[in-house]
Amino acid sequence: MSVPAIAIRKLVKRFGETTVLQDIDLEIPEGKVSCLIGPSGSGKSTLLRCLAFLEEATSGMITINGEALGFFEDANGRRERLPANQIRTVRTKTGMVFQQFNLWPHMTALGNVSEALKIVRKVPKAEAEERAMTQLRKVGLENRAGHYPSQLSGGQQQRVAIARALALEPKIMLFDEPTSALDPELTGEVLNVMRDLASDGMTMVVVTHEIGFAASVGQQISFLDHGRLLFSGPPAEIFAKPRHPRLEQFLDTYLDRGASMLA
Amino acid sequence: MTPKLFTLLLEAALSTLGISLISIAIGFAIAMLLSAALLTGKSIYVLPARLFISFFRGVPLLVQLLLIYTLLPVIGINVPGIVAAIVGLSLCTAAYQAENLRGGFASVPRGLIEAADVAGFTGAQTFIRIRAPIALRLTFPALVNEAIMILKSSSLVSVVGIIEITKMAQDLASSTYEPIPIFASAALIYFVINSAIALLGRYAERSLKGATA
Repeated sequence: MSVPAIAIRKLVKRFGETTVLQDIDLEIPEGKVSCLIGPSGSGKSTLLRCLAFLEEATSGMITINGEALGFFEDANGRRERLPANQIRTVRTKTGMVFQQFNLWPHMTALGNVSEALKIVRKVPKAEAEERAMTQLRKVGLENRAGHYPSQLSGGQQQRVAIARALALEPKIMLFDEPTSALDPELTGEVLNVMRDLASDGMTMVVVTHEIGFAASVGQQISFLDHGRLLFSGPPAEIFAKPRHPRLEQFLDTYLDRGASMLA
Repeated sequence: MTPKLFTLLLEAALSTLGISLISIAIGFAIAMLLSAALLTGKSIYVLPARLFISFFRGVPLLVQLLLIYTLLPVIGINVPGIVAAIVGLSLCTAAYQAENLRGGFASVPRGLIEAADVAGFTGAQTFIRIRAPIALRLTFPALVNEAIMILKSSSLVSVVGIIEITKMAQDLASSTYEPIPIFASAALIYFVINSAIALLGRYAERSLKGATA
């Protein structure tokens, strides 16, 4: 069996006294779309943020393409923090898309997409901008390259944010509720870009409330509840009846939001 | 009041303007360093920066200038008045600008920094490319205000032997016995310079605004 894109072992995350993630064991297969679903406060976003190293796990270990992210933990549970430059190297294998887009407001769309190429990868300006244009074209926004984020709709901003992440040619894309901040009529354009990415074979981890998207595009569905991974598997299996009572209860709240097809 | 006297005032205005602008620029650079120190969150950087800011905000500029002018020769550094003036004004405005910027840095949304983190930026790269430009835009009006304050405070540098507008006006007033037209002219010159700064500031702010939300 090949090395999984991401392997999560015995991951625990506590904020003070509160345990947000409890003993998460999960493998994200390469080239597949993996969706994390669950009620608010279930820990799914925190899990994704651990994968992006925006949160540091309290214990346990994450490997990206077989390389330890942030900490190395041996069999005896001894943890060792890896050096900062190595953390940067490993984390750039992943690209991240945020719920709130987080585009840099003082840069144009082209500036946002080319910035890390220029600053982090030291690609010459002209080449960086050419590569950025290629990504903007991919998300259908080459004619908005000179616009500032404030001049773009939410859906366009999120597509620029996806292009920004893609510009660094990540192996894995992490999406944190990418459509939750969007008006319903704008979610479609973002989901379409994500569908295209998925059909290109990109490994994707998507935290989402779009159950319809998870069921149709997701190849692995993981259901979290109260900081625990209750189960994980292909959608046909997960959504087949009879379902786990917690999932059933969760889906009930989403029947109006695209999950009706599963009812 | 003769045109000759007015010309003398204008010449003095050049030293006011020169000293102030240089001090504002140096002060801004120091303020950015102070901000960077505060943002590290490490007490070996934070505490000296805080101490610096408290000192230069807490002691009158006049006393700072006199202290720099008299203290430096004692420790063997002889500096001309103009250097003492620029050092004094720069350090003082650095403290105030750092305080202004602090609010701006605190208002940079966390997510924008996270976006830089995940793209592999180092802390310094994030500071230079993301945090500082955004903080600058957020605090720009306050910084223009501070520039105007410094230009007005620069009248104090006469105590270290610099002839600037106010000092020149005093000298001219006592030698010509025409205080009112002379002080009125001095006031007018200050007013024109500061209005120009305010106008430029507003123009710069608008063009920066175009680039933000």
